[in-house]
Amino acid sequence: MAAITLNVNGSDHQVAPSDGEMLLYVLRERLNLTGTKYGCGEGQCGACTVLIDGHPRRSCRTNVSAAIGHKITTIEGLEQNGKLHPVQQAFIDEEAFQCSYCTPGMIMSAVGLLASNAKPTQDDIVRGMNGNICRCGTYPRIVAAIQRAAKSGGSR
Amino acid sequence: MPNYQWPSADKRKVIGKRMNRVDGPAKASGRAKYTYDTVRENMLYAHSVRCPHAHAKVTSIDTSAAEKLPGVAAVHVVNGSGKEIFWAGTDVVAVAAVDEPTARDAVRLIKVEYEQLPHLVLDFKEPDLAEAEKSEWYKVAEKATQGDPAAGFQQSEVVHEGHYGSPVITHCCLETHGSIAEWPDSDHMFLHISTQNVPGIGEQVANAIGMPAANVHVHQDHVGGGFGSKLGLDPWGVIVGQLSKKTGKPVKMMLDRKPELETAGCRPSAYARVKVGAKKDGTLLAWESYSWGSGGVGGGGSPPLPYVWKVPNQQKQHVNIVNNIGPARAWRAPNHPQACVLTMCPLDDLAAKLNMDTFDFVKKNIDLLDPRSKIYSEELDVADKLMGWKARWHPRGDKTRGPVKRGLGLALHTWGGRGHSSNCDLSIHPDGSVEVKMGTQDIGTGTRTSILQVAADTLGVAIDNIKLLIGDSDYPRDSASGGSSTIGGVSSATFRAAVDAREQLFAKVAPALNAQPADLEVADGKVRVASSPGRSLSWRDACSKLGAQTITTRGTNPDPDKGDLINSGVGGVQMADVSVDTETGIVKINKMVGVQDCGLVISPKQAESQVLGAMIMGVSYALYEEKVMDQTTGTMLNSNMDTYRLAGLGDVGELVVHLMSGPGYDERGVIGIGEPPTVSPGAAISNAVANAIGVRVPYLPLTPDRVLEALETAQTEGGRA
Repeated sequence: MAAITLNVNGSDHQVAPSDGEMLLYVLRERLNLTGTKYGCGEGQCGACTVLIDGHPRRSCRTNVSAAIGHKITTIEGLEQNGKLHPVQQAFIDEEAFQCSYCTPGMIMSAVGLLASNAKPTQDDIVRGMNGNICRCGTYPRIVAAIQRAAKSGGSR
Repeated sequence: MPNYQWPSADKRKVIGKRMNRVDGPAKASGRAKYTYDTVRENMLYAHSVRCPHAHAKVTSIDTSAAEKLPGVAAVHVVNGSGKEIFWAGTDVVAVAAVDEPTARDAVRLIKVEYEQLPHLVLDFKEPDLAEAEKSEWYKVAEKATQGDPAAGFQQSEVVHEGHYGSPVITHCCLETHGSIAEWPDSDHMFLHISTQNVPGIGEQVANAIGMPAANVHVHQDHVGGGFGSKLGLDPWGVIVGQLSKKTGKPVKMMLDRKPELETAGCRPSAYARVKVGAKKDGTLLAWESYSWGSGGVGGGGSPPLPYVWKVPNQQKQHVNIVNNIGPARAWRAPNHPQACVLTMCPLDDLAAKLNMDTFDFVKKNIDLLDPRSKIYSEELDVADKLMGWKARWHPRGDKTRGPVKRGLGLALHTWGGRGHSSNCDLSIHPDGSVEVKMGTQDIGTGTRTSILQVAADTLGVAIDNIKLLIGDSDYPRDSASGGSSTIGGVSSATFRAAVDAREQLFAKVAPALNAQPADLEVADGKVRVASSPGRSLSWRDACSKLGAQTITTRGTNPDPDKGDLINSGVGGVQMADVSVDTETGIVKINKMVGVQDCGLVISPKQAESQVLGAMIMGVSYALYEEKVMDQTTGTMLNSNMDTYRLAGLGDVGELVVHLMSGPGYDERGVIGIGEPPTVSPGAAISNAVANAIGVRVPYLPLTPDRVLEALETAQTEGGRA
């Protein structure tokens, strides 16, 4: 594949991926954005979740060519002017993680959820987040964090 | 001699406070670096050819095409011609290349031929004892007898017998196993590794490679889950070490999800035929069990049966099945969850046969829970209040109309959790800054936060004032994070280091306050005279009295001269409230209550998180998890996260955690909590399902097909009767 331009976290990046390369690989290996994690490689765990034009997407199953011309946001792009995103802050305040390997994907899914639904019910949160796996088992605190972020205007 | 006892509740300022974890911002921002995220200059990437057979001999290997592939730096034969392979997924040849795709391409170019050998990957069927004694697939443990089992059953007015069990499951850490090795010179190796054992893993890898342990330096900042699977030596740490030595470059190897599930995590199965007997009034008299299970070529664990209960008359026999699945690893409270299912489920069935509420059955026999009878009894009462057990319990089989049936179940468990060997170097600098160095690791349990809470409490300074360094084998030697041993070890070592440093500081500061060192105390960032708090110096001014000297103390656990700050042996009770759809077989958790003793709680928010997480892992193995093996091919059928299903956010219901703390519990000292609450959920949920639908689903996980099968079997048998 020829060199392409990807818009990641508000900046354009030139990369020259191989044919069929997944967005996750490009973000981690070519752009050194390692906040986005490999968990299963098949879109089943959610650790690789990023936003594409504001929608949560599994970057391990997104061919990089499908991301050309779209706005990609990773966990590294949420912080603004040194201030964490309300969802990030809510995860800290509710302590919604242990090992935290799933956390970037969780937070990106939550940001995407709140962007489309600023006041989600418990059921909305379950529906929106059920595909993100936390093996340490912090789910109740994740729900609480999303509710807290929603109250504080978490969709920003 | 200073006082080396934990401060009393009224004196604790930071210990026991609901603090957020100190690594929260790094983790929520994505800045926290895991081994998987680490990149070293000129790093190569490694992948392996893996044996597709469960049992085979390698007969030939041809690596010539891979070696010619541009970008391949080295090919390393792990299991050469003639080597016997004991499970599918075993590394045979490893390749290091300039990037991952090239390494994968090279792996595809390597040709390995095998002679297949007979394999066994199943473990479910009850082994015939006479045959088992003759077969190489089985290791028969000696029969153990206590009291007079025959007399016990004879005196029993009600006897119940049934089959129970739980299958092999995996750890499924979200960060897969792996490591990065590099050789700064020809004698020394630097290892980044995803591990629960920063202090010990270097020595294990060094032994395997054949180099002095002192020449291996290990580092890790964060680990994406371990649960017992990242304690010991893996082939992958050795492979990267050898490939790195060969190439002179850093080499990274992280497992894909498939080999992770096939080879990097396996909790042994345990099945049993259990017979129990009691008097009509519920007095438990007799136990008999014939149990078996497997965890690969090393056999399985041996579940401690009967679990927790000191049944007066008992007889038990266990058979270990030696089979060709990935090797067994410690899985959060090894052997206990299996033993709990094999004990609490038959006792629940016995209680049902006695027409007794299981709660009353446990209370009736509470003396058999020695030495924790009192703890269990108090915990049962707390759990009853939180669940509304007594108000809501009904006999077996929800008689309300409609297909969805609701039920309650309970189980209880124990664990040791005594703190491990630990060392802490604590320095107070003349500018007032404090540094703590420990060769431990934070596996997500909040170890960093707990260490800082202890140090801050003891020195009377803010946590922000303390720099904590962990995760490196160059720091004072600690132990692996396993067996729920970390909190007791690191909290004691930190406390003793801080007490000694504080004493040394008092000696330097006392003249300035016109007092004796023994008259001083720390509080709210000040050093002051205890009897006259107005006579004080700010922490910073006090530390300036050190002149050019830094105080450095070493705190150690255990240290018999400085008291015992820890303990071993906890009890826990859990209750589950479930709904079962008798048309679809789907089990839904409505609510679970976890009541847990863990002595003095250093960091409640972290401790509660451990219990919550353990209960959720419990829901997951109770309802969904099973490593499904295919005897024909010898391979795992569900080695992906689509079909190896884990509990999601919508599966766990309402979870209530209660820690037994305060007077009567705090005095016990600090005890680990990571493992015990993982033990009960399987049995508690299984018992709740039985209470709901009126029949026992004998084996975990309680999948819809098993629930429907149990219902059908009961109907058929009921019809026949």
